Amino acid sequence: MKTIKLILTLICVAALVSFENPPYEIGDAVSDFKLKNVDGKMISLSDYKDQKGAIVIFDCNTCPYSKAYNDRIIELNSKYSAKGFPVITINPNDPEISPGDSFKEMASLAKKKNYTFPYLQDETQQVTRSFGATNTPHVFVLKTSGQNFNVAYIGTIDNNSRDGSAATKKYVEEAVDALLENKSIPTTRTKAIGCGIKWKD
Amino acid sequence: MSKLIFLYLFSLNVWSFAQQAEVIKFDRLHSLLEEKGEKVQVINFWATWCAPCVKELPLFEALNARNEPTIKVTLVSLDFADEIKKVNSFISRRKIRSEVLLLDEIDYNSWIDRVEKSWGGAIPATLFINQSTGQRKFVDRELKDGELEEIIASLTNQ
Repeated sequence: MKTIKLILTLICVAALVSFENPPYEIGDAVSDFKLKNVDGKMISLSDYKDQKGAIVIFDCNTCPYSKAYNDRIIELNSKYSAKGFPVITINPNDPEISPGDSFKEMASLAKKKNYTFPYLQDETQQVTRSFGATNTPHVFVLKTSGQNFNVAYIGTIDNNSRDGSAATKKYVEEAVDALLENKSIPTTRTKAIGCGIKWKD
Repeated sequence: MSKLIFLYLFSLNVWSFAQQAEVIKFDRLHSLLEEKGEKVQVINFWATWCAPCVKELPLFEALNARNEPTIKVTLVSLDFADEIKKVNSFISRRKIRSEVLLLDEIDYNSWIDRVEKSWGGAIPATLFINQSTGQRKFVDRELKDGELEEIIASLTNQ
C-alpha cells in the first residue's frame, strides 16, 4: 500500500514537473481556446462546433512568407468557409519584439485586406504553444467530430511560397477536399520554412 | 549628372571588391553537407528579411575572420532567388566575408529533411558538422555570443 502511495505521489510530482504538454499530433483533439479578434470580440473554437471543421492558421503581419501567402489565405476562406471549413487566423507574435504585429497593426491589415474571417491575437502565446506552432504561416486543419476538433493536417499551405500559381502541391486544399469527400488525406504533415514565432522573453 | 556618375562609380567600386552570393540548387548544398575533410563545418541558414538572423550574422563573421584552418563557415540564404540583388547589396553593405550561397529551391519539403529531420522550418538555423567524426549538431534558434565556440568545442573535444 505504501508503495502504491509512493508511486502515486511520484506520478503527481512528475505531472507537475512536466506541465507543458507535447504539441498536437495528427488525430489529437484540440483544447478549446478563446482569443480576442481584431474587432474586439472574443472568439472561441467552440463557436465553430456546427462546422465540419476549421482551417487554423498561425499568421502575422510582418513575415515575408505571411505576406506572400496573404491572398492565398483569403482565397482558402472564400473557397472553403461555405463548405464548412472556415479559416481562423491567429497572430502568435509578441508585439514587444515585433511592433508590426501589434493589435492595432493587425486590425489595420484585416481592414485593408477585407478579412471576412477572424484574426485573433494570442497575447499569452498559450494557444500557440499548445498547438506547437513554430512558424508563420503554420496551418492546422481541424475536423469536427461531435464536440471535439481533431487535428487532420499540419504544415504549409502549398509547395511554392513565392508563387501560388506555380505550386504543384496544394496541401491544405488537398486535405480539406479529402475530408469533404471522406477520403484519407494524401499528406498529413509537411514543414514550412518561415519566420520563427517571436516568443516573449 | 555628376552625382549620377559618382554614384555609378561608387557602386562599381563596391561591386568589384565585395563578394556576391552564389545561387545554388540543393545538390550543391548536399555535396557541401557530405564534404569530407578535417574541418568543422558551420552552416547557417538565414535571410535578409529575418531580423534575428541578421542580428546573429556578426557572430559567424567573427568566427570566419579568425581564418582557422579547422573551421569552415557557410551562410545559406533562403531569400527568394529573384531577390538576389537585395542579397548582394546586403553583402556589400555589411561587408560580409563568409561564403554566401543562395538556395534556390522553393519546394522546401523536397529537401528540408535531407538537411535535418528535426528542423521545423524556421530560421535562423545552424548546422554544425565535424567532417572527420561525422558528428552533427543542429540549432534552430538564434545563437548567443560564445555559443558557436562552445558547440564547436563540444564537437571536437571527444
